[in-house]
Amino acid sequence: MGDQVTAPNTPFRLPVRTRIAMGVRLLALQGSWNYETLNGTGVGFAMEPALRLLPGGVKGEQYRAALARESRYFNAHPYLASVAVGALTRAELDGVDPTRIERFRTALAGPLGSVGDRLVWASWLPFCSLVAIGVFGAGGSPLLVVGTFLLLYNAGHILLRAWGLRIGLARGLNVASALGTPVLRQGPLYIGCAAALVAGFALPLALERIVGPGRVILGGIVATAVVGIFLLGRLRERAEGWRIALGVLAVFVLYSVLT
Amino acid sequence: MNFLEALPIALLGALLGLDVVSFPQAMISRPIVASTAAGSFIGNPPAGLLIGVVLEMIALDTLPFGASRYPEWGSAGVVGGAIFASQPESMPGALPAALLAALLTASISGWSMVVLRRMIASRLERTRDRLEDGSRNALVSLHLTGMTLDLLRGLLVTLVAMVIFAPLVKAIVAVWGTESAASNAVVVVIAAVVAGGALWKVFHSVHRVLWFFFAGIAVWALWAIK
Repeated sequence: MGDQVTAPNTPFRLPVRTRIAMGVRLLALQGSWNYETLNGTGVGFAMEPALRLLPGGVKGEQYRAALARESRYFNAHPYLASVAVGALTRAELDGVDPTRIERFRTALAGPLGSVGDRLVWASWLPFCSLVAIGVFGAGGSPLLVVGTFLLLYNAGHILLRAWGLRIGLARGLNVASALGTPVLRQGPLYIGCAAALVAGFALPLALERIVGPGRVILGGIVATAVVGIFLLGRLRERAEGWRIALGVLAVFVLYSVLT
Repeated sequence: MNFLEALPIALLGALLGLDVVSFPQAMISRPIVASTAAGSFIGNPPAGLLIGVVLEMIALDTLPFGASRYPEWGSAGVVGGAIFASQPESMPGALPAALLAALLTASISGWSMVVLRRMIASRLERTRDRLEDGSRNALVSLHLTGMTLDLLRGLLVTLVAMVIFAPLVKAIVAVWGTESAASNAVVVVIAAVVAGGALWKVFHSVHRVLWFFFAGIAVWALWAIK
C-alpha cells in the first residue's frame, strides 16, 4: 500500500466478512445522526471493519488517524452514502494522501445528497406508496398491500446500497463518473411519470374503497378535492399540507363533538 | 387503556420508530405498514390498513429530505392503527378521531427526534477528544447510544400517546354527532387534498406529468365502468 491514485474499475478484494459487516452497518448509518456531524459518525462506523485491515490493525496509528478523519462532518443521502463509504474505504486502504481524501470527502457530499433525495425520497418512495395505495383500492388484503409496498421499495433500496458500496470500492476516488449513470440522472423523471400514472388510477380507487358505495358522494369528494388541491397549490411553500390537515381535522372533531 | 395494555403496542412503536432514521430505514415505519401492523396486533388488520392508507396519503406531504424537520410516522402509524382497530365497527367518529390522534402523535414525535439529535450532539461534544484521537470505543459507543435512545424515544412517545389518546378517542366516539358517511367523506377529502398537493409539489417539474396523471384517471374510469 502507498500513496497512489486508484485506477478505475481495478478489482479490489475485501474479505467477505468485512463486506458483510460494512453492509449491515450501512443499514445503521444514521444511528448517531446529529446536528453537528450529520451522518459523519455513521460513515466512520460503517467503514470501521475495513479500516482494521490497515497496517497495525486497530492499535495502529493509521487506523486511528483514518477513523478520526472518516468520522467527521459528512452529509449525504443515507442510501447513496454507501458510494462514499466504498470509495473512502478504497482510498484509505490504498494509502491515498489524507489531504486528498478530505478534499474528495467534501466534494462528494453535495452530489450524493441531491441525487439521492431526488431519486429516493422524491421519486421511488412516493411511487411505491402510490402502488400500495392502488393495490388497496383494487381490493387487496392487508398482507398483499403491505407485502407489495415492502418488497417493491426494498428491492430498490437494497440494490442501491449494494451498488453504491460495490462501485465505491471498485472505483475509489474515481467514483464521481458513476454518479452520471442514466439510472441516477434520468431515473427520477421516468419514476415521476410512472408515479403520476399510478396516482391517477390509485387515488380515486382508494378513495372509493374508503368511502364505500355511492357515486354522488364520490363525485362530491373528487370535486372538493380538486378545489382543495388547487388552493393548496397556490399556497406552495408557505404552508405544509399535513399541518393544514391537522387544523381542519381538529376543528371538524370539535364540531362533531359539540353538535 | 392502562400502562400494561399499552406496553406491547409501545414496543411495536419503538421498533418502527427506530426505522424512520436509525435502523434500517426499510420503510417499515411508513404508516401503511405501521398502522396495519398495529391493527394486526389488536386483531383487526383491515381497520389498521384503512387508516394506514389515509395516513400514507397525508405522509406523502412530508418526505424526509436532508436535515429538514418532519413528523415521525412510525410511532404515529402504530398509535392511529391500534386506536382505530380497537373501536367497535361502524362507529362514525372512529376514523376522524383516531386520525387526529395519529397526526398529533406524528407532530410530537417529530419534535422528540429533534431533542434526540441534540442529545446525541451533546454526547458527541463530550467525547470529541476521543473521537479525534480515533477511538473505536468512543465511536461505537456514540453510535449504539444514539440507536438505543431512539428506540426509547419511540417507546415513550407511543406509550404516552396510547395512554392519553386511547380513552380520549373512545370518549369522542361516544358523543360523536356527525353521521358516518359525512365523517368518512371529510377524512377522505383531507387526505386527497394533501396527497394531491404533495404530489404536485414533487412532480410538477416533470415533463408532461399531467398527461400521465390524466391517463391514470382514464384507466380508473374504465375500471369503474367495468
